[in-house]
Amino acid sequence: MTVETKLALSAEEVSSFSQSNNEPTWFANLRATAIEKAAELPMPKPDKTNITKWNFIEFPAHTVESEAFNSLDELPAEIKEIIDIEGQENLYIQRNNTPAFLKVSEELQSQGVIFTDILTAVREHGDLVQKYFMTEAVKVDEHKLSAYHAALVNGGVFVYVPKNVVVEKPLQVVFINDNEEASLFNHVLVVADSNSSVTYVETYVSTVEQSKGQANLIEEVVALDNAQVTFGAVDVLAKGFTTYVNRRAHLKRDAKIEWALGLMNDSDTISENITHLVGDGSLANSKTVVVGRGEQKQNFTTEIRHWGKNSEGFILKHGVMKESAQTIFNGIGKIEHGATKANAEQESRVLMLSENARGDANPMLLIDEDDVMAGHAASVGRVDPVQLYYLMSRGISKAEAERLIIHGFLAPVVNNIPIESVQAQLTKVIEGKVR
Amino acid sequence: MSTLVIKDLHVSIEDKEILKGLNLTINTNEIHAIMGPNGTGKSTLASAIMGHPKYEVTQGTIEIDGQNVLEMEVDERAKAGLFLAMQYPSEISGVTNADFIRSAINARREEGNEISLMKFIRELDKTMDFLEMDQDMAQRYLNEGFSGGEKKRNEILQLMMIKPTFAILDEIDSGLDIDALKVVAKGINEMRGEGFGCIAITHYQRLLNYITPDHVHVMMQGKVVKSGGPELAQRLEAEGYDWIKKELGIEDETVEQA
Repeated sequence: MTVETKLALSAEEVSSFSQSNNEPTWFANLRATAIEKAAELPMPKPDKTNITKWNFIEFPAHTVESEAFNSLDELPAEIKEIIDIEGQENLYIQRNNTPAFLKVSEELQSQGVIFTDILTAVREHGDLVQKYFMTEAVKVDEHKLSAYHAALVNGGVFVYVPKNVVVEKPLQVVFINDNEEASLFNHVLVVADSNSSVTYVETYVSTVEQSKGQANLIEEVVALDNAQVTFGAVDVLAKGFTTYVNRRAHLKRDAKIEWALGLMNDSDTISENITHLVGDGSLANSKTVVVGRGEQKQNFTTEIRHWGKNSEGFILKHGVMKESAQTIFNGIGKIEHGATKANAEQESRVLMLSENARGDANPMLLIDEDDVMAGHAASVGRVDPVQLYYLMSRGISKAEAERLIIHGFLAPVVNNIPIESVQAQLTKVIEGKVR
Repeated sequence: MSTLVIKDLHVSIEDKEILKGLNLTINTNEIHAIMGPNGTGKSTLASAIMGHPKYEVTQGTIEIDGQNVLEMEVDERAKAGLFLAMQYPSEISGVTNADFIRSAINARREEGNEISLMKFIRELDKTMDFLEMDQDMAQRYLNEGFSGGEKKRNEILQLMMIKPTFAILDEIDSGLDIDALKVVAKGINEMRGEGFGCIAITHYQRLLNYITPDHVHVMMQGKVVKSGGPELAQRLEAEGYDWIKKELGIEDETVEQA
């Protein structure tokens, strides 16, 4: 028996939103099908976190109007810090649901790289978007939230890097949330064609203390043969959001992805980061850091699924939990039958800073092939008193010693964030959270 | 002149008494060697002075110029002038050696009076050169993947950068080849002088060939049982510890059965 969920928007409202954007028929149809499915499909079931009572559906407004920025001077100071105003050549800023600033270098344009907001891309690069939008990596009908997302997409980015093009400088995206009423149904689609290479770095940042909205984010990376993608993300969304963030990659032969994710939301969050190593010789390196605090409940699933022969997957997750934060770390290395010589490695470590915090690291290796390598390490523990003693024996206070140990613990991922200003921001966010 | 005074020190670990009434007085401008066979409580003394969390002082006092050290937290002891070059320094991932040493120096300074980055780098470079350390050690994570010898040199690097009043060297010579030993000794001799006192804990006379002690103490059964000048170390080297045991009527010098 399926139970119909009452959704926040009706099919008619979705249709009229689509029309107001002048969307092509295929996309309008995709939304129409998706909103029907969203009513019927079951919720996703993140391992070890019960989300049946979470509100992923209701919000005060599907879209809010925000002013665009005429120049970067108009940005609030805390946003300016994230951006190398002079040096950043390729930059997209979205303010709540409004594409607010776009700068694309001539070099990028002459290389045929597409870098624009998703709804513009749907109109102007329909063929490309249609080919990859929720077709390879994430499917519309996976569950209620993927369908709901597809129906309600109201922002996001499209990146396409043509064959053999190497984009030297990182593309930067900043999603600003400065309206309490805003909901984010952002769709990011990065397509790296054969033999291409690109670095994409995004930041989600709330400048409001509290949100009333939904953040239902689906981000897809499709890397074709021998393409290389480096994907950095820092999420700092406000308390009050219900966040579902799904970052997924689909890799063809010899393709590579490097994920560096700093997941620093203050909201309750369900995060999935899944990489499908479809092609032989493909490789994924997935690095995540997390800080949980307050009453936050979070679930982070990192999965690398091996289909291709000689495919390699490495998962590294480090989390710090304080106050009464509850966090589940699921790490899954799955090797499908036929993926001979695959290598699945993972490491999850949780550092507990308070008696009341709860952290659980669940490493899973699911292996359906004999000729493979796999390994995992997981630990949940407190700051090592002998390390503290060593640092303090040099005159460093206990608080400062703890700070050094925590930053050190998170460093393997922080140091992998590709843009320096974003790395600095992540360090600052961590600083603010763990103090 | 500063003075470190240890009186009637009793120390337990997990309810087992290791030190059983130890007395020792050290002034700046003096180097004291503490020798003794394994298991006599030498490293326990070092850890207890610094305030290792596993060691419990059950009786006695430690004072620097009249200040009660035992009431201080570990970092306060360091700021009061104590430094322990550890036998097994911790490895701390993600924290560079340079950042760590700079934090340690700044911890002793008032806020707003931190050492300038340039001055710090100059001093660090100079000291690393002096200790024949690779410059890349500054940017490596603290002790992570360091060889035994590199760790010991790194302890001396910290000693020279922090410039404490009293340093305790806990078997700084163990696991060092002769060249590394000479470098470590060179560092300690460089520190030697009016504002600096040192306790060098060692099994072996060989360290004392390079660092001439002013006083030598022998520990057995959790106490100092004999004190003398440098000639005592030489006699121990030549004759071993048996003559002391005989002289004092000690059958088993270790703490365990005492």
